[in-house]
Amino acid sequence: MTCKKNIRIIAGFVLLSVTVLIFFFMNLVKGSSSISLHDTISALTGGDVPISVHRIIIDIRLPRCLAAMILGGALAVSGFLLQCFFGNPIAGPYVLGISSGAKLAVALAMIFSLKNGIILGSGVMVLASFIGSLISMGLILLMSGKVRNMAQLIISGVMIGYVCSSITELAVTFADDSNIVNLHNWSMGTFSGTDWEDIRYMSVIVFTAFIAAFFISKPLGAYQLGEKYASNMGVNIKLFRIVLILLSSVLSACVTAFAGPVSFVGVAVPHLMKSLFGTSRPLIIIPASFLGGAVVCMACDFVARILFAPVELSISTVTAFFGAPVVIMIMLKRNRQRGSV
Amino acid sequence: MLRAEELSVGYGRKIVVSGVSFEVKAGEVISIIGPNGAGKSTILKTIASQLPLLSGKVHIGEKIISEMSEKELSRKMSLMLTERINSEMMTCYDIAATGRYPYTGMFGILEKEDRKIVEESMSLTGISYLRDVDFRNISDGQRQCVMLARAIAQEPEVMLLDEPTSFLDIDHKLELLTLLRKLARDKQIAVVMTIHELDLAQRFSDKVLCIKDAKADKYGTPELVFSGSYINDLYSIKNGTFEPLYGSSEPKRVEGTPDVFVIGGGGCGIPVYHKLQREGIPFAAGIIHENDIDYPLAKHLAVKLVSERAYEPISEQNYNKALEMMRVCSKVIFCTEKIGAMNQKNLLLKETAEKEGKIVILPHEI
Repeated sequence: MTCKKNIRIIAGFVLLSVTVLIFFFMNLVKGSSSISLHDTISALTGGDVPISVHRIIIDIRLPRCLAAMILGGALAVSGFLLQCFFGNPIAGPYVLGISSGAKLAVALAMIFSLKNGIILGSGVMVLASFIGSLISMGLILLMSGKVRNMAQLIISGVMIGYVCSSITELAVTFADDSNIVNLHNWSMGTFSGTDWEDIRYMSVIVFTAFIAAFFISKPLGAYQLGEKYASNMGVNIKLFRIVLILLSSVLSACVTAFAGPVSFVGVAVPHLMKSLFGTSRPLIIIPASFLGGAVVCMACDFVARILFAPVELSISTVTAFFGAPVVIMIMLKRNRQRGSV
Repeated sequence: MLRAEELSVGYGRKIVVSGVSFEVKAGEVISIIGPNGAGKSTILKTIASQLPLLSGKVHIGEKIISEMSEKELSRKMSLMLTERINSEMMTCYDIAATGRYPYTGMFGILEKEDRKIVEESMSLTGISYLRDVDFRNISDGQRQCVMLARAIAQEPEVMLLDEPTSFLDIDHKLELLTLLRKLARDKQIAVVMTIHELDLAQRFSDKVLCIKDAKADKYGTPELVFSGSYINDLYSIKNGTFEPLYGSSEPKRVEGTPDVFVIGGGGCGIPVYHKLQREGIPFAAGIIHENDIDYPLAKHLAVKLVSERAYEPISEQNYNKALEMMRVCSKVIFCTEKIGAMNQKNLLLKETAEKEGKIVILPHEI
């Protein structure tokens, strides 16, 4: 049995890694100008290619693809942490309004800086986004103390999300004309326009948080049984809750700062990974969610770029299309289980 | 093993229960009983260090709990709660294995030794066959056994259980408590549990701690606690009574002028008393010996009762008393099946009733 389980886990990770590689190259090769796989690889390895090809691959497609990979992973891990925290399988940064809070904070920061002619660095953006996330998270925590019901918590989150979004829209409407286009694109969610500086910031933040999340997988596993059991097993609940909130907020804030709000990846991917691996052990699901989130975001970004090229779709349009059915599936499955118990 | 000295427990500054002292030796089971909201679970939660201790001391062996680290405590004390856990894609084995948490390393990976202990715990609680089944798909009884296996796998010296028998049917209650006693004895674990089923508390605990009106009221052996009308006082029972001899809850007596006289004894009276009570008919009963199995119930339910001292033949005086009582009734139920030297006069009573033209209902007619 243990052997069979191990094989499933290894096979799962191999599958995910291969899929990551496939989408990585697909995203590099495909686009408005087609570049052969051979040229792509030479561009990556510093081989002899025309300068235009080099620029397209190294300066445009590669950073965008890496952003989708890193941020997708961050989102899914953040979603998994939130699900453990709230003991709620449809929790995630987007449905709980955390992404929208971050979006609002970033939009305000951008508008303010543009008015005053300051150009914001990536670091400041992440910080604003993090503050926005924490404020939303704080509101959700307040509500979670009042509502014990899973659905009510999600509805509260969605409502917070709507309020934040409407304020953001308002702010965008009154922003300087010349910047509206940029801001508007960003507020819909997109990986385009990522540069290497962004990549450096996001990779440092996301990987640090990811490693930290991986290292709390043991207490997280205890926490899945509920706070009381976790505390009986020797987990310092107060400290652990703070760490969990900070980590999930940092991860989702980082995504929002660079790519805007991306919907449903945080909810759907951890669930798909639990089904794929047949377990909810954090030690496995955290890295699996990272890879899975990377795959899903790269795939969705691929669709967003290619489907109606040269018109690009916003990333959330695509992720929602694939992610929302998964959420419905989770709810139906839970209902069935409740019926049988 | 576990010793509590003058505990005050509660939330924040609000004391819910005070004056709680008890001692549980290895292998012993103590039950905490008391009305709803008395603070039974609060005591457990405080001992488990989930609520701060407001005053007093809890010792495990030589050590004081408040001076132990979380990790140290988690190796000595395990917990089993009433609330259902919200597991997702976890097999029963996975759940039981969480008991090893305090012993595993950084990433919580089970070593060979850990796996052996988990398997053993599962076989002790008789759930090995559930090892690969999803925890969400098993019955309440099985679920409690899995949680018990988890608690055992933690290799505790002290085990705290909050209402372990809630939601279980009668056989599963007995199974769980029998198992618990056996585990406590075999593994030398000190067990503290809260429980609502008084009959089970009476039979399965070595000591009983009673909580009433924000303090520990009585503490001692079940024989001490379950005697006389103490339980009625403890729960302020107004709607009936608890009979410690039967371990049963009995409904309220139907008051009024009795029109039915029941001649019982030897256990034949019990179903008749119950039936009359159900139908709301006040009745008198006689002549029951004080050591008769019918006696405690007759005392609770009959409006009037004539009784005789244990092992004595029915006296003339008591016979006359019963006769008088019977004469004002129009119906007599004679349910006694055996007549001997001691209750000879009950037969006489019946014959008089027949002579005086009362409706006499015999055992086979009831």
